[in-house]
Amino acid sequence: MKSGVFPIERSRQSLPAVDQPASAAVSTSRSAPLLPLLTRGLTLERDGRRLIDGIDLSLEAGGLTVVMGPNGAGKSLLLRLLHGLIRPTAGEINWAGASMTPSTRKRQGMVFQRPVLLRRSVAANLDFALGLRGGGSVERRDALLERVGLEHQAGQPARLLSGGEQQRLALIRALALEPEVLFLDEPTASLDPASVLTIEDVVQGCRQNGTKIIFVTHDLNQAKRLADDVVFLHRGRLVEQAPAGAFFTNPRSEPAGAYLEGRIVL
Amino acid sequence: MMLVVSFDTDLLEIIGLSLRVSLTALLIACALGLPIGALVATSRFPGRGALLLLMNALMGLPPVVVGLIVYLHLSNVGPLGWLQLLYTPTAMIIAQTLLIAPIVAALSRQVLEDLHEEYAEQFQSLAVPRATAVRALLWDARYSLLTVALAGFGRAIAEVGAVIIVGGNIDHLTRVMTTAIALETSKGDLPLALALGIILLIIALAVNALVMAARMTAARYAYA
Repeated sequence: MKSGVFPIERSRQSLPAVDQPASAAVSTSRSAPLLPLLTRGLTLERDGRRLIDGIDLSLEAGGLTVVMGPNGAGKSLLLRLLHGLIRPTAGEINWAGASMTPSTRKRQGMVFQRPVLLRRSVAANLDFALGLRGGGSVERRDALLERVGLEHQAGQPARLLSGGEQQRLALIRALALEPEVLFLDEPTASLDPASVLTIEDVVQGCRQNGTKIIFVTHDLNQAKRLADDVVFLHRGRLVEQAPAGAFFTNPRSEPAGAYLEGRIVL
Repeated sequence: MMLVVSFDTDLLEIIGLSLRVSLTALLIACALGLPIGALVATSRFPGRGALLLLMNALMGLPPVVVGLIVYLHLSNVGPLGWLQLLYTPTAMIIAQTLLIAPIVAALSRQVLEDLHEEYAEQFQSLAVPRATAVRALLWDARYSLLTVALAGFGRAIAEVGAVIIVGGNIDHLTRVMTTAIALETSKGDLPLALALGIILLIIALAVNALVMAARMTAARYAYA
């Protein structure tokens, strides 16, 4: 278990030099810690159906939490709830004891399964994000693009990039704002191996810098490569939360066991 | 045809005024209509459905009714009579602006709402301020909005009812292509009417071709 060992303040100091200019601009709003995250009875209902069913979740600062579960388990919805993109029908979400506010989201980032890129060049997409917090400069943008191997595509229309390149751009755009918590919703689904490797490398780097990563994946091998701890959902319920080692070798819940054995879990 | 080819001075004056009035009206209509369209596209509030209905209905405003309303306001006994704008190109610009601003607002609302649906969750995630989001939508939809502007321009340049009421079709002052065509046809001077008609068509074709070329270029770069 590697989680909880990178306090946020330390993480800010350990960012690469290219990340420093924006740090000063955002540091004032980051004096208080954002984690731990606690949810109590988190519930989401739509059209009379309970899609998220009373989830009690506790996540500490740092580390990479993988969210797993069969299709329709509520993984993406849970991420959207935690990021404040949708409102729960019932229950509470507390970030370091405080309710979710608009400023909480400014300290988080999210990468969606299908990246939404602006109808602009690669560089302009990144400039847009950097401009939001006043931390933009050409040097910083170029350094970020280099980090995901897109420095030579800076002037290209973002929407003409390959799927893997688009996702790398979406990832670095989210990271440009130096989130303390990064949500990734199946960011490598259907991507080429080179892009998967780049994305995993960047994500690992963020984790080492202290960013809390919450990563949804269907890929068992990827989960084993990345996870510090695992949250397993089934039919909208949290059926298991455990350190990665324990989860993969000795799952406690029946659905998680079946899932890990490769059986079809409905 | 000779009138067209020889660039008759009177003809050029009429064409120039037509373009000046309609393009100015289009600029003002875009300045008013695009932000309104963007705000409605990105907002959800009680009564929004009724507002959309009204915006769409205003697209079909009869030009003569707009002309009459502007006339009543600008005439000497009207509330804005002191401005002495009746029978001036400015009055014609006002009338055309009132005609096409609803078109620009309603059509841009639809274009921007579609794009906003695509961007909304990402913008929410990035905590993009409302004004920044509206600016980004307007910029990223600029090639689609060109078509909206084209619809407004087409309506303005081809319109006769409103400008004849508030402009009066005064020679060398407020005579534009459409009012001249109406006048010359009634007088039986069909060559001038035809020449103006041909030029109106050429202008419409040229503007359409320019917008189409811009959109095709944008589509090639996935910007539209």
